[in-house]
Amino acid sequence: MIYDVVILGGGPAGLAAAVEAKNAGAENVLILERDRELGGILNQCIHNGFGLHTFNEELTGPEYAERYIDQVIALNIPYLLNTMVLDLHDNGALKSIHMINEENGYLIIEARAVILTMGCRERTSGAIGIPGYRPSGVFTAGTAQRFINMEGYLPGKEVVILGSGDIGLIMARRMTLEGAHVQAVCELMPYSNGLVRNIVQCLDDYNIPLKLSHTITFIHGKDRLEGVTIAKVDEKLKVIPKTEEFIPCDTLLLSVGLIPENEITRNAGIVIDNRTNGAIVGELRQTSMPGVFACGNVVHVHDLVDFVSEEAVLAGKGAVNYINGDLASEITFTTSNGDGIGYVVPQQVAIKNVADKVTFYMRVRQVFQDQVVNAYIGDQLIATKKEPKLLPAEMINFNITKDVLAQYPAGEIRFVVEEAR
Amino acid sequence: MYDIAIIGAGIAGSYIARELTRYKLDIVLLDGENDVGNQITMANSAIVHAGFDASATKLKGKFNAPGNIMYEKVCDDLDVPFKRCGSLVVAHDEYEMATIHDLYQNGLKNGVPGLQILFKNAVHAMEPNLNKAICGALYAPTAGIVSPFELCIHAAENAVDNGVTLKTNHLVSDIKNHHGHFEIITNGENVKAKYVINAAGLYADDIYAMVGKPYFKLRARKGHYFIFDKEAGALVNSVIFPCPSKKGKGILVAPTVHGNLLIGPDAEPVSDKSDLATTGERLDYIKENALKNCPDLPFNKIIRSYAGLRNTPVRDTFTTTDGDFIIEESPVRGFINVAGYESPGLSSIPVVARYVVESIVKPMIPNIEENHNYNPKVRKHLRFDEMTDAEKVEIIKADPKYGKVICRCETITEGEIIDVIHRNAGARSVKAVKKRTRAGMGRCQGGFCSPRVVEILARELNVRLDDIMYDQQDSAYILSGHTKSVKEEA
Amino acid sequence: MMKKELTCIVCPIGCQLTIAEKAAGAYDVTGHTCKRGPQYAINEMTNPTRVIPTTVVIKNAMLPRLPVKTAEPIPKGQIFDAMAIINQVVVEAPIKTGDVVVKDLLGLGIDVVATRTMDKN
Repeated sequence: MIYDVVILGGGPAGLAAAVEAKNAGAENVLILERDRELGGILNQCIHNGFGLHTFNEELTGPEYAERYIDQVIALNIPYLLNTMVLDLHDNGALKSIHMINEENGYLIIEARAVILTMGCRERTSGAIGIPGYRPSGVFTAGTAQRFINMEGYLPGKEVVILGSGDIGLIMARRMTLEGAHVQAVCELMPYSNGLVRNIVQCLDDYNIPLKLSHTITFIHGKDRLEGVTIAKVDEKLKVIPKTEEFIPCDTLLLSVGLIPENEITRNAGIVIDNRTNGAIVGELRQTSMPGVFACGNVVHVHDLVDFVSEEAVLAGKGAVNYINGDLASEITFTTSNGDGIGYVVPQQVAIKNVADKVTFYMRVRQVFQDQVVNAYIGDQLIATKKEPKLLPAEMINFNITKDVLAQYPAGEIRFVVEEAR
Repeated sequence: MYDIAIIGAGIAGSYIARELTRYKLDIVLLDGENDVGNQITMANSAIVHAGFDASATKLKGKFNAPGNIMYEKVCDDLDVPFKRCGSLVVAHDEYEMATIHDLYQNGLKNGVPGLQILFKNAVHAMEPNLNKAICGALYAPTAGIVSPFELCIHAAENAVDNGVTLKTNHLVSDIKNHHGHFEIITNGENVKAKYVINAAGLYADDIYAMVGKPYFKLRARKGHYFIFDKEAGALVNSVIFPCPSKKGKGILVAPTVHGNLLIGPDAEPVSDKSDLATTGERLDYIKENALKNCPDLPFNKIIRSYAGLRNTPVRDTFTTTDGDFIIEESPVRGFINVAGYESPGLSSIPVVARYVVESIVKPMIPNIEENHNYNPKVRKHLRFDEMTDAEKVEIIKADPKYGKVICRCETITEGEIIDVIHRNAGARSVKAVKKRTRAGMGRCQGGFCSPRVVEILARELNVRLDDIMYDQQDSAYILSGHTKSVKEEA
Repeated sequence: MMKKELTCIVCPIGCQLTIAEKAAGAYDVTGHTCKRGPQYAINEMTNPTRVIPTTVVIKNAMLPRLPVKTAEPIPKGQIFDAMAIINQVVVEAPIKTGDVVVKDLLGLGIDVVATRTMDKN
C-alpha cells in the first residue's frame, strides 16, 4: 500500500500533524513511533502547565498527549510502535521509508508525503566538557525524569542541577517531592533559561537556591559522584578565581539545552539551518525535499507544547496540499535574524500558501528590557512585536498578516531587536 | 592449581592468555576491575603505529613493525574493526623536515614498509583540511586505527572460548612464593599457580614488589582526549602526528575506526595511578595544539572528553630500563613481567604475545603439549548498523530482538546487547555493554538508551535494576532506590 | 500600604504582578494580562496553593508508576503531608484518566486523580 502521509514520530508534533492531515482529507495516514507507546516525551512530563493555549485548561503532559491520542484513535489512524526508521529516500513522487521492528522485521513503505516529527535530545556532559572524573550519578535531567516518573527509581539523594532549563527546574521540584535534597541549581548565564513561573513554583516554593553566573568546574568521584566544585563566572563566562565552592552530592542533573534530532533528515540530504539545528522550512513547514515536512522540536526547540501542536497543524495542512497538487513552490520571502535575534522559523515563505497570516517563531540572544522586535523588508518597517520583556528562554511568536506581506513582491524579512520607535 | 596465572586483563594479559591457549595449559586470567580492558586499554589513542619512531635497539623498535603487519589477520580472527588508514608526521619548517628524515631512516632500520617523504602539495592533496603552512610529511601507509578495548575484550572472549578461566573483581593484594608455586591473594577467592605473568599495567611494579626486589618503577602520565561527533569524522583521512620535539610527541588528530574524530593526548605526570580526572587547562592545551595542524576543528561537535594514563617505566636501582618494555622472566623464578607496556604496546601485542609464549613460557615448561582444539576465531559479532538491507531482513527473521533499536545514535539493537551479555567475558555493567556494542557512545552519550540497557542487563542477568552498576562493582551504582520508599517489586 | 511583586504562575506567560492591600482583605492588582492574574495574586497573599503532580505505585500495568495530580490546588504548607499520603497509595491497572486514587486528601475536599490511562498488562 502507498500511504498518503507517513509521520516519523508519535510525540505531540506527530500526533497533531496526523490528526490535521486526516482531517484535511488524507486517507491513509500512518504514524511510526520508536517507543512502546504514543505520546513521546509528554509521557514523562507529569507536571502541569500544558494546554492553556490549545485547550484553555491546564493539563499535565500525559493528559495533553491523551487528548491527541484519543483523536488519533477516533480517526482510525494506524500507528506502529517500537519501530525505528533507519532511512528516508526520495524517489521523486514517492518517498520510501526503511524501518525495523520486532514484529514485522525490516520494512520498506512508500508515502506521497512525509512529516518529520522526531523531536529533540538533551545536550550531555560530554558536549559541555566539565573537567574532572566521569563517575556514575551524572544524568541529563530528562533521563532522571524518566527514571523517576515512569520507572519509579530515584537516581540519588543529594542533588545539584546544572542549567536552569525548564526540565532542570521541574526536576528540582520532583526530586524534592520524592524525598531527595536539591542543594542548588547553577546557571552559567546571568539569567535563567527556564520560564519564570517554573523558578517560582519549582525553586522558590522549596527554597532551592538558583545560582546565576555559576558553573561547575570539577566533577569529583572515581566510581559514583561524590561532589562538584562550583564557581562564579564573570561577564565573559570565565571562572572568577577563588570563588570555588565544593558541594558534596551523589547526583548531578544537567539541563543544558536541547538539540533537534535530525539524523534521518541529514542522511536524506535535507538542508539544515545551523542556527536551529533543524531543517530549513517554509510557512507550511515544507523542507528542501519536496513532499517532506517537519514540525515541532525537530525543527527548533519550543518551550511550550501548545506551539508544537500549532506548528504541526501547518505541516499537516501542507502535506495534504502537497499530495493534492495545491502547494505553491515559488518562494517569495526569506527571513533573516538581525541584531539580537538568534533564529527565525520559518526561514522562507511562499505567499501563495498563506491563508491570512504567517506566525514567525524566534528567540532573542539575550535579555532585553523595553525593546521591541521590528520586521523589515529592505528599509521598510513592516511590523512590530511588543513584549514587556524579551527573554532567550521564551520563544516569541510574531504574526504578520498576508495583507502586509502582499504589499511586497518578494524579498528578505529581517527581524531586529530595537528601541521602540 | 593452575599452570599459569595472568594478573591483569588489559590488552597484554588478555592477548597473552589467548596466545597461551595454543598449548594445553590451565590458565587463569585475573583482574581487579568489573570488566576486562578497563584501564589503559580503555583510554588511549587507538592507533596501530607503523613503527618508525622507537629505536631499533629497543624492544619497542623490534616488536612494533612486525606487530602492525599482523593486524589484518588478528582483527579478522577476533572480529575487531581495524582500518589501515596510514599516518602523516607533518612538518612546518626545514628543521622539522630534518626530523622527518631521521624518522624515515629509523623506520627503515625497524623494517617499516612503504615509508615515503611527501612534500607540500602531496600532503595537501592527501589531507585537504590541514594547515596550509605544512611543508612536508612522513607518510606511513601501514599505520592504522583499531578499537583497542574491543580487541582486548574479544581476545579475552576467545581465550575463555579456548579454556581460560577469567576472574574479574579479583584485585590482587598479595602474592606468596611457595617456591614451586605461587599463591595469589585477592579480594575475591585466592588462586594458586605454578607460573605467574604480571601484566598489571600501571600496577605491575606494585605486583612485582609482592614477590621480588623492585628493579623498575612505573610512572603514570596522564593524557587528555576529545572525541568529536561523526559529523566531524571526515576532517582527516589518516592519523596526523605533529613532528616530535624534545617536548614530546605532541597532539595528534586521528579518525576513529567508528567514524568519529579524536584529538589528544598531552603528557602530564601524576602521582595517583587512578587519577583520570580531566582539567580545564589541559583540555584547553589539547585544543590549542590540535589547531596548529588542523585549523578547522569544529569544537562545537565535541561529544566527550576523557583522560587516560600511560605506564612509563623508569630506571631504578638494578637495571636500566630506559623507557623500554620490560618483557622477561624476572629474577624470581617462574614469575614473568610484561611491564612498562606503554605505546606502542597495542601495535606490538600480536608479536609480543607470541614472544612471551614461545620464547619465555615454552622453555620454562617441560613437555608442553600443543592444543589441537585451539580456535583463533571468535563467533562473529553481529553489528546491525553495518549489515546490508538483505542481512538485516534475515537477522530480524532469525531473532526479532535485532528489530528493536536500543541506542538510537549508533543504531544498536537489543539483539546485539543480549549477545554481548551472554558471550564469554560477557558484559556485566552499562559501561561494559557500551565498550562492546557502542550503545551510549554516540552523540546523546546514553541519555536515551542507558535506562534501557540497565533494564536489559537486569533481565538477562536476573538481578534487580538497582543492582546494575555503571562500571565498578558495588560502588558505581546508577540508581539509589525506588520512589515511594518501595522496597521490593516484582 | 503593603505592596508586593509576584510572578504569576497560572500560565507560562508569567506576568509580573503588583499587589497592594488597600484595606483589610481588599487588594489592588496590576500587571496581569488575564482575569486569572488578580485571583492568583490574592491567593498568594492569603492562602497560597499549588497543584501537586506526582506518581503512585501501580500494579499489573506496563509501567510501575502512574502519574497523578491533586484535582485542585492544595495549600502550599500541606504539600509534604500530601506526599506522605500519596506515597502509600497502591492502585491496580486498569486505570483511566481522572480516576480518583485518593479521596478527600487531608480532609481538604480535594481528590488525587490519575492523569493518564493505563491498561492492564
